[in-house]
Amino acid sequence: MHTARRGLSRRDALKLAGAAGLAGIITVYPGRRVFAAADQSLNLAVERTRITIDGETSSAISIGGSIPAPTLRWREGQEVVIYVTNRLDEGTSIHWHGLLLQGVMDGAPGFNGFVPIGPGETYTYRFKLRQAGTYWYHSHSASQEQEGMYGAIVIEPAGRDPVRADRDYVVLLSDHTPEDPENVLRKLKVSEGYYNNNKRTLIDFFRDARRDGLGATINDRLAWGEMRMDATDLADVTGYQFLVNGKGPRDNWTAVFNPGERVRLRIINGSAMSIFDVRIPGLPMTVVSADGQNVVPVKVDEFRFGVGETYDVIVMPTEDKPFTFFAESIDRTGFARATIATREGVEGDIPERRPRAILTMADMAMAPGMDHGSMAGMDHSSMPGMDHSAMQGMNHGNMPGMDHGAMQGMDHSAMQGMDHGNMPGMDQGSMPGMNQGKAGSKDQAVGWGDAGTPPGAKALSYADLKALSKAKDLREPSHEIEVQLTGMMSRYIWTLNGEKFDEGAPIRVAYGDRVRIRFVNTTMMAHPMHLHGMFVEIENGQTDRMPKKHVVLVPPGQVTTVQLTADEPGEWPFHCHLLYHMASGMMTRFIVEPRTASL
Amino acid sequence: MTMTTMVPHRAALMAGAILLAISAGSARAAEEQPPEQFHEEPPVVGTLLIDQFEHRWRDGENSINWDAQGWVGGDTNKVWFNAEGSKPVDGEVEEAEFQLLYSRMTSEFWDAQIGIRHDVRPQPQTTYGVIGFQGVAPYFFDVTAQLFVSEDGDFSARLEAEYDLLITQKLILQPAAEVNVSAQRVRELDVGPGVNDVELGLRLRYEVVREFAPYIGVNWERKLGETADIAREHGEDPSDLSLVAGVRFWF
Repeated sequence: MHTARRGLSRRDALKLAGAAGLAGIITVYPGRRVFAAADQSLNLAVERTRITIDGETSSAISIGGSIPAPTLRWREGQEVVIYVTNRLDEGTSIHWHGLLLQGVMDGAPGFNGFVPIGPGETYTYRFKLRQAGTYWYHSHSASQEQEGMYGAIVIEPAGRDPVRADRDYVVLLSDHTPEDPENVLRKLKVSEGYYNNNKRTLIDFFRDARRDGLGATINDRLAWGEMRMDATDLADVTGYQFLVNGKGPRDNWTAVFNPGERVRLRIINGSAMSIFDVRIPGLPMTVVSADGQNVVPVKVDEFRFGVGETYDVIVMPTEDKPFTFFAESIDRTGFARATIATREGVEGDIPERRPRAILTMADMAMAPGMDHGSMAGMDHSSMPGMDHSAMQGMNHGNMPGMDHGAMQGMDHSAMQGMDHGNMPGMDQGSMPGMNQGKAGSKDQAVGWGDAGTPPGAKALSYADLKALSKAKDLREPSHEIEVQLTGMMSRYIWTLNGEKFDEGAPIRVAYGDRVRIRFVNTTMMAHPMHLHGMFVEIENGQTDRMPKKHVVLVPPGQVTTVQLTADEPGEWPFHCHLLYHMASGMMTRFIVEPRTASL
Repeated sequence: MTMTTMVPHRAALMAGAILLAISAGSARAAEEQPPEQFHEEPPVVGTLLIDQFEHRWRDGENSINWDAQGWVGGDTNKVWFNAEGSKPVDGEVEEAEFQLLYSRMTSEFWDAQIGIRHDVRPQPQTTYGVIGFQGVAPYFFDVTAQLFVSEDGDFSARLEAEYDLLITQKLILQPAAEVNVSAQRVRELDVGPGVNDVELGLRLRYEVVREFAPYIGVNWERKLGETADIAREHGEDPSDLSLVAGVRFWF
């Protein structure tokens, strides 16, 4: 009831007073556009609807009448006002993912005094755009995001855009399930492996025994069995339809170009649970921006990105032919597809599907209490082509859990300055996209990081990302915060530092502090870790040009470190952006406290 | 938490006292939570699994047997329900056991459980206090171990284990074993001291969907020691081999 009022600033109140004389007229019109003195204002209604994907209709929730929600195109420096009206019979919220703004405008219920927008209520968001780039917005209530509450935000820079493009498209990826999301979570709680239709079977056992030997296969199964873990556990939920801008693979969303044009694709992973491998066969992509922040252009053939991440790429098709934009979920249960063509209504070839990865003991390297003695298949002799010559100072002596069996053909030459000294806790933050492509056979990829990248193709890695402009704050972090990514897979309980949301103490930093966050992933799943309110900089070896991110994908069994200047006061949600992980507890409060004058 | 008031048996009161002691700790923790909590808590969910609902063919009288379990609760605390029993195809229910337990997560893979067991059949009806644990042992064995104390002060115990072997994603072979032990002779229930019986089962199910799977299998039960002697006195065969067919389903 108070939400709408709480959203009114003093300026609003003054305008209301000023407009009081007109009130009689104004109340005739729905919506409060009249009051807006901001540079941009709009009304967005949240309501139940139906969505039809590839001919199948199911229940959904829309913002602003469509799925995805309308793309909000703004300009840096503008002040925007958004009236969000809740036409659901439950509370809702809209979070502006990646935007720098005042805490209460961030739209996360339970944080910074923001309460859910009740049924029938209108909440007024008002904020000034302090940045440019590609972002997105979505519900931060229950599982509404899964049901369609997501849309793109494009903010043009106030000055000249360093990225030149003739065409500009949003490519918003998402996953849609016809199931009720609450029931999805219930099934995961009742029977964690419910959605995994690729578990290892007796038939797989015989196949592996023939390939790897009976002893090795038995040892491998015993090692997984001892831990009560499943090597095929890549995604928690299946049965998804993967969408590009709300369109299924058959509906085939199309971006039109004229040969020779520079086409900017703003690719957003707006899914609830799906990590994608993205490629456009025949069309190399130049990554120009990551999470809305410009980076030094880097040419790649493909990239993997987690939920919540965005990459802007430039493609320059010169031929008059259709190109297929292809994004496979990492569990390979399906794909999102779109077409880049000179006209609507044509389609390119669907590329060959990539193999599904099997997890290895390396993906479990940080698991507490893991018995490294039982690591089957750790065999250093079978590593042809592994060039260690460039790895100075690399200490292999204390590397438990590193599965070298899976690293054939691994190119270490680009890993200068890699600090292996403190393993376990191997800092692979700079190499999540570690190119293990050559390791897997055609029908089997080995290890989480194996995207099945063909030889010679370039997959983006965090190490490639270099901020376009030099960082403003070059101080060394004054202290380090360790955030262990933890969980009990069999019960579907996900936690940070072993504690569910609000069970544990919040993270507190003083305003202005420079801190390091050290993510230690003790689980066998990758977690896209999202901090509201501020960007973090990935420690990827780019010294004064570390890339700024709002989501950092931490691969299983690995450590990723980031730095952060705590310059946005408030209490910010800090969570895994996999929806059902967050819903089952993988979230905490990141509180930036004002400095007190106490002495 | 209100289980104590529902069944006014001595064993129930005993179980209830321990239960209250356990829940006192969590109640205190709840008071310390911040008062305003807008973000959705992990939900309370529930499930009911009819693990076995089957026809048993044997050399003698055929029977219908069932075995079900269900729970309602959150991650840490659950109310747990178990039921099993058998009925000759042409006849009255011979065995019907119900359990209502409080189940509390004690570690990643284990729940400790405490509560009431009530056997409607065989006669005389008997009520027990139950304490036990339930969970997943290394190598994915589902294990339940329970200690019972009857209203007359008799102690007994049961250990169950089962394993799912995936032949394909949908065709699953499930070996299962159960052992019952008694600390003393309980004449009215035809039970002697020591190991009373051992049961081994092997069921092959086909999951049409995860929630619904018809199966076939074999089940072998063998009474042992004095319990077997008592069975023989009644003219029963202490060994019982049956072919089974049934359905497994859950919600």
